[in-house]
Amino acid sequence: MSNFDQVALLLLVLVPLAGAGLMMFMPGDRPRDSWYFALFVSAISLVLSVLIFARYDHEIGGFQFTRVYDWLPGPMDISLSLGIDGIAAPLIVLNGIVLMGGVMISQNITYRTREFFVLLLALAAGVYGVFVVRDLFFLFFFYELAVLPMYLLIGVWGSSTNFGTFLRTKEYGAMKLILFLVAGSILIWVGILAVYAQASGQGNGTFNLQTLTDMAASGQFDSTFQTLVFPLFMVGFGSLAGLWPFHTWSPDGHVAAPTAVSMLHAGVLMKLGAYGIIRVGIFLLPDGADTWMPVLIALGTVNVLYGAMSAMSQQDLKYIIGYSSVSHMGYVLMGIATLDKIGMGGAVLQMFSHGIMTALMFTLVGAIYDRAHIRDINVLNGLFGRMGVTCFFFAIAGLCSLGLPGMSGFIAEFMVFTGAFRTYLPLAILAVVGAALTAVYILRLLARTFFGEPDVRWSGLSDAGVMEKSVAGAFVLVIIFVGVWPEPILRVINVSVPTIPGV
Amino acid sequence: MSLTDNLELLTPEFALAGLAFLVFAADLFLPETRKNLLGWFSIAGLIALIVVSIFMVWDHDQSLYNGLLAIDDFSLWFKVLFMGIGVFIILSSLDFVSEHLEHKGEFYGLVLFSILGMNIMAQARELLTAYIALELLSFSLYVLAAYSRNSPKSNEGGLKYIIIGAFSSAVLLYGVSMVYGVLGVTKFADIAAGLSVASEVSPSLWVGMALILVGLGFKVAAVPFHMWAPDVYEGAPYPITAYLSIGSKAAAFALVLRLVAEGFVPVADRWEQWQLVLAVLAALTMMVGNLVALAQRNLKRLLAYSSIGHSGFLLAGIAALSLDSSLPSNGVMLYLVGYSVTNFVVFGAFISFFNMTGKEMMTDLAGLGGTQPFLAASIAIGMFSLAGLPIFAGFAIKFYLFTAIADEGLLWLAGLAVFASLVSLYYYLQVIRQMYIEPAEGEPAYGHGYGYEHVDAEHGDDEHEHGESGEPVARYGSALFETFPALGRRPSLTILAVLGAGLLAVFWIGVYPAPLIDTIEAASRAIMS
Repeated sequence: MSNFDQVALLLLVLVPLAGAGLMMFMPGDRPRDSWYFALFVSAISLVLSVLIFARYDHEIGGFQFTRVYDWLPGPMDISLSLGIDGIAAPLIVLNGIVLMGGVMISQNITYRTREFFVLLLALAAGVYGVFVVRDLFFLFFFYELAVLPMYLLIGVWGSSTNFGTFLRTKEYGAMKLILFLVAGSILIWVGILAVYAQASGQGNGTFNLQTLTDMAASGQFDSTFQTLVFPLFMVGFGSLAGLWPFHTWSPDGHVAAPTAVSMLHAGVLMKLGAYGIIRVGIFLLPDGADTWMPVLIALGTVNVLYGAMSAMSQQDLKYIIGYSSVSHMGYVLMGIATLDKIGMGGAVLQMFSHGIMTALMFTLVGAIYDRAHIRDINVLNGLFGRMGVTCFFFAIAGLCSLGLPGMSGFIAEFMVFTGAFRTYLPLAILAVVGAALTAVYILRLLARTFFGEPDVRWSGLSDAGVMEKSVAGAFVLVIIFVGVWPEPILRVINVSVPTIPGV
Repeated sequence: MSLTDNLELLTPEFALAGLAFLVFAADLFLPETRKNLLGWFSIAGLIALIVVSIFMVWDHDQSLYNGLLAIDDFSLWFKVLFMGIGVFIILSSLDFVSEHLEHKGEFYGLVLFSILGMNIMAQARELLTAYIALELLSFSLYVLAAYSRNSPKSNEGGLKYIIIGAFSSAVLLYGVSMVYGVLGVTKFADIAAGLSVASEVSPSLWVGMALILVGLGFKVAAVPFHMWAPDVYEGAPYPITAYLSIGSKAAAFALVLRLVAEGFVPVADRWEQWQLVLAVLAALTMMVGNLVALAQRNLKRLLAYSSIGHSGFLLAGIAALSLDSSLPSNGVMLYLVGYSVTNFVVFGAFISFFNMTGKEMMTDLAGLGGTQPFLAASIAIGMFSLAGLPIFAGFAIKFYLFTAIADEGLLWLAGLAVFASLVSLYYYLQVIRQMYIEPAEGEPAYGHGYGYEHVDAEHGDDEHEHGESGEPVARYGSALFETFPALGRRPSLTILAVLGAGLLAVFWIGVYPAPLIDTIEAASRAIMS
C-alpha cells in the first residue's frame, strides 16, 4: 500500500472538517472569499474521492484503504476504524460531486456566507464519515454530524413560502426535519446499545463493525434478538431514506431549504439512510433482515407509488421533486429488500444515479426560482424561450428520472426490477406502474413549465448563469456516462454486493 | 496507629479553609473598588491547591480519623473537579459581582467555604461526616442564593431554598438515625456488611435507607423532590445559578456515588431491589425535567429544568452501578465533567449577556447572532452539546453513559434516556432559533416575504433584503445597539477566558476523551473494589 492509501480515508473526512474549522477564523464580512475557500476545499475533497474510487481495486474487492486508530480501548472497544468496500466507494464520489456542485452554485449566498459554508462542509464531512468508518460509534457520530447542520442551514438560509391556503415557514420545515431525523436516530441509538449489550453478554463488548459482523456470521446473535432489533434500524435509518410513512419531513424540508442544501439533502443525505440499513441492519442482523424484508419491500413499493402520486398532484416545483425523491428512494429500498444480487446492485447504483439526478433537478429549480421568485407550475409556463439551456438540462434530468434507456436511471431501475421480479413478482409489477406514473408527472412538469404558451410575465427572465450551467452540464455528463457505460461503477459495486449476508 | 497519624494528607482542606478565612479578613481592609482582587486571590489559591493536591495525594489509598475520610483517587479526582469548577465560577462572576452585588468580598469567601464542603463530601465514607460536609456546602449556598439583597426574587428563592434545604437535611438525618438505630453503624462499608449478614432486614432499616435517598434526592433535584430548583435557580444571582447547577450537583453525585458503591452495591440481592427504585426515580426525573423544560421562557428556569433532566441521566447511571463493571461509575463521572464544562460555556455566555443587557428571557436573545457572534456561537455550541450532538462533549458523554446503562441490563432505561434527549433537543433548538433565525426587534427577517402572493404585485423586484452578491453585509441586529450600548462592545476578558477554555474542553471531550477516561478509571477503582 502506498502512503496515500494509508491516509486517504482519514484525509477524506478531515479535509472538509478542517476546512470548516479554518473557515470559522476567516473574516466574516467577505462573502466572496468564503465562497472561494469553500470551493477550494470541496474541490480537494472531490479529487480525493475520485482518486480513492479509481484506486479501489475491483478485482480484490473487500474492504480497502483500511486503517485503525485507537480511540477508546478497554471494555467499550471503540476505534476509528476506516475502510471502504464497493458499496461505499461510489457513494463517496457521489458526495464529492454533489458537494462541489452545491458550493459552486452557492455564490449568491451573501447572508452570513462564512457560517453557511462552515455548516455545509461539516455536513459533507459527516456524510464522508458515515461512508468510510467501520465502527458503530463513529458511524453514529458522523451520522448525527451530517444531520445536525441541516436545522441551521434551512432555518437560517431557507425561505418561507405562502401557498395561499397554508403557510410553510422555514422554521417549520427545519424543525420538522430535525425532529423526524433525530427521532429516527433515537431508534438507531437504541439499536446500537442493544447490539452492544448483546455482544457484551457474549463476553465480547465492542463497537467494531467487523468484529460484530463476524459474530453475526457465526450465529452469536440469536434470531429472536435479531428480529426484535432489526426494525429499529430499518425504521431509524429508513426515516432518513424517506421510508413511507416517515417521509413527510423530506418534501417540507426541500421547500424551505436553499438550493445547495436541497441538493445535499436529496442527493446524499437520504442515501445515508439506505446505506445504514445495509451496513448496520443487514450486515449485523442477517436473520432479522430476512424476517423483515417482506415488510421493507412492501413499504418500498408504497414509497414508489405514493411518492409518484403525490408528485402528480403537486404544483410547486420543489414539492414535485421532493416527492419524486421519495418515490425514487422507494426503488432503493425495494432493491435492498430483494436481498438479490442484481436487485441490491441496482439499489446501490440507484443511490448514485438518483443522487446526481436529483441534485441536477434542484440546481435547475434553484436557477428558475432565483429569477422568477416562484415555483408554481401553473404560473410558470413557456419558459423554453427564455431559459433554453435550463430547459434542455431539465428535460434530460426528467428523462433520466422516468428511466429512459441511455441514462443512469434506466440501468439502476432495470436492475431493481429484475431483482424484484425474481423475488416478489406482484410488487415488482406495481413498481413498474410507479415508473409509468413518473413519466406522467415529469412530462406534466416539463409541459407546463417549459413549453406551452410563452407568458409575457417571463419575458424579462435570463437563462441560468455560468455556474449553474456548468454544474448542470457536469451532472448531465455523469448521468449519460453511467447510462451508456455503467461498467466502471457496476464492477465495483458488484464485487461487494455478494459479501452482504443473505444475498 | 493514632487517629491523626496521617493528618498531613488533609493539608489542602486546611489550606482551603485558611484561604476562605483570609478572604474574609482581607475583605475588611480592602476599599470597595478593589474587591475584585479577592476574586483573583481566590482563583490563584484554588489553582495552587489543585496542584498541591495532585502532587500530595496522587495514588494514595488511605483513610483518616479511623475511616471517616478517605484519601484515595476517587476523592482526589473529585477535589480537582470541584476546585476547577470553583475557578471557573469565580472567573465568570468577577464582572457580575462588581456590577450587581453588594458585599463583594464575602461572596468569594462563601464560594471557597462551599468548595471545602464539596471536597469533604467526596472524601466522606461515613454518614454523619457526609452530613456535616453537605451542610457546610448548603449553608454557603443558602446565603449565596439570596445574595441579591434588593431583588425580591432572589430573596424568595433564597427563602425557599433554606426551608426546603433544612427540611431535606432533616429527612436525611432522620434516615441516618434509623439506620444507626438498627445496625449501630454509620460507615458506608459497615452498612453493607450489616445488611449482608442480616437474614431478615427490619422494615425500619428500609425506611431509614429510603429516607437517606430521599434527602439526597432533594439535593440532586430528583423528581418528585425537584420543586425548589426552578425558583431558586431563577432567583439566585446568575453565577450562583451556574454554581448550583454545576458544583452542587457534582458534589451531591460524588456523595451518592460513594454511598451507593460502598453501602448498597456490595449486597447483591438487596441492590437489585434498590436498583429498580433508583431506575424509576431516574426515569421520572429525566422525563419530567425535560418535558417541563419545553414550556419555559426564562433562560434560568429553562436551564433549571434542563439540569433536572440531566440529573435523571446521572441517576440512571447510579442505578446501573455494579461490582462487575466500572463502566457505569466511569460514565457518571465522565458525564459530570462533560456537563460541567458545557455549562461553563453556556452560563459564561449568559452571564456576559446579562451583564450587557440585564435580560434573562429567551426572546431577549433575538439578534444575538449578529450583535455578539462569539457569545451566540458559544451558546449554540453549548446547547448542541447539552442536547448530545457530536463533535461536542455532550455526544461522547451521553454515548458512554447510555452504553454503560444498557450494558447492565437496563436497556429500557437507556432507551428512555435517549428519548428524553430528543425532547431536550427541541427546547435547546428554541434558544438557537432565537439567536440566529428570529430577527432582532425592528429588523426584517431574512427569507420571509418570498411567496406566491407577491407574484402579481411585485414580481421582478429583488426581494433579497440583504444585498447582492459581493457587497459587504451590514452587521445584523445592529438596531439593538441603541437600546443596549454594551452589546456593541466585546465581552470582558474574564468571560472570554471562561468561554475559550470551556469550548476547548467541550471539543476535547467530544473528540478524544480517552485520557480523561483513564483518570476516571483510576478513580472508579478506588470505590468499586
